[in-house]
Amino acid sequence: MTMSDNILAILPELWVAIGQTFMMLGIGLAAAILIGGPLGVLLFLLGPGQSLENRPAYLVLSWIVNTVRSFPFIILLVALVPVTRVVVGTSIGPLAASVPLSVAAIPYFARLVEQSIREVPRGVIEAAHAMGASELQIVWRVLVREARSGLILALTVLAVSFLSYSAIAGVVGGGGIGDLAIRYGYYRFQTDVMLLTVALLIVLVQIIQFGGNALAHRLDKR
Amino acid sequence: MNPNSSSPSAPPLIRLEAVSKTFKLPDGRVFEAVKSVSLDMAEGRIFGLIGKSGAGKSTLLRMINLLERPDTGRVLVDGRDLTRLSKRELRETRQGIGMIFQQFNLLQNASVYENVAFPLKLHGNRSRAEIEARVQECLAVVGLTDKLHNHPAQLSGGQKQRVAIARALAPHPKVLLCDEPTSALDTETTRSVLDTLREINQRLGVTIIIVTHELHVVHALCDHVAVLENGQLVERFDVGDQATPRLSALGRELAQEQVREDILKEHAARIAQAAEPTTRAA
Repeated sequence: MTMSDNILAILPELWVAIGQTFMMLGIGLAAAILIGGPLGVLLFLLGPGQSLENRPAYLVLSWIVNTVRSFPFIILLVALVPVTRVVVGTSIGPLAASVPLSVAAIPYFARLVEQSIREVPRGVIEAAHAMGASELQIVWRVLVREARSGLILALTVLAVSFLSYSAIAGVVGGGGIGDLAIRYGYYRFQTDVMLLTVALLIVLVQIIQFGGNALAHRLDKR
Repeated sequence: MNPNSSSPSAPPLIRLEAVSKTFKLPDGRVFEAVKSVSLDMAEGRIFGLIGKSGAGKSTLLRMINLLERPDTGRVLVDGRDLTRLSKRELRETRQGIGMIFQQFNLLQNASVYENVAFPLKLHGNRSRAEIEARVQECLAVVGLTDKLHNHPAQLSGGQKQRVAIARALAPHPKVLLCDEPTSALDTETTRSVLDTLREINQRLGVTIIIVTHELHVVHALCDHVAVLENGQLVERFDVGDQATPRLSALGRELAQEQVREDILKEHAARIAQAAEPTTRAA
């Protein structure tokens, strides 16, 4: 069997698209970890019964997280165009698409982190307090450590969701595998290209999920 | 003078002064867990806090390291009023007060070594070698030096509690608070954990405060007991003192338990004696 002409024609573009997808995913996930992670920990600590319990602050933060998360991604993509222009200088291309992706990823991951950390038994946190640990020490040495396999699985879920979000970014000329699928597979009715991109996404999702599961399992000593 | 003071010459290591604590229940009612309790605990002893569930004994114990902050009253440990300390000072003071729990509360994703080293890495700058030496020392006290690289999930309940004891001992505490330490363990394991606690008290001079609802634990371990009922201190006595009449039902029960235990021991001795000639004949 030989490759169809359609696929041969887009092959150079395919490599670029794969690179763009990884870039969007990389930036989005980095923002999620660096900003969403601490936000999730803060949500947990401000929550009921925790050491920094503060109901008003928790409610405000929680409301913000919910609000951003309630935007359908495609609306967020369009609504953030002015912000994207200021941050990146343009509103098209994978770098520009990384801005709304990051904005969506941060509260998403914050919620996942909050939930994972809730699985840490209260008593363990209490024991750390009894030994004189500070809040920051408890976050790193108790919460992150005890919840680490859950956090890896949360990141895996996030990566899989955002692989498909990055495909939506193709709508505004975001580039990436999804963009390829829309431009060639959908608009030009090249079914073979569509099948190829879908197959590629399936393989990527399987790899991400398999890698995440394996790592989470290795880190879990419970 | 405090009427509770058991040895008036030495100042008590721990002094609770009229401490009270109320909790808001989910249904909005207020629950008075501890009602103005004053209690002195002398250095070097094994002190039992007993009472039925909900009597406030656990809350009282947790006030000693301020895991539970009293609404009113003062908590003095080694002459310092803990309720007036800054957050930072309190963290430093807590190093001198070890604590173990019913559910052990070990880090599951950390090895035995890392668990025992945990409190040593929180404060100050001990060298790696110092920490390693201290961890080994503490694991030797509880007899677990061979489990250094295991994780808690690979240990039995009794072993987990021993790791927790080693962890509590690591920063050289003066006091060891024990919150129902044997309630999750079987009889045999309970006995060996209690032996370890007694040894720590006798060899290292660590004052032990233990909360328990198991009378045989009190009988086996404590030399002084305070009985709590409905958040109030109803009596305190030396466990060895059989002459003074006990005021509380629990105190009387404890006395009966002691009598029963003595009879059992006597029986066991007599049976052993009677069995001796037969074993010799066989």
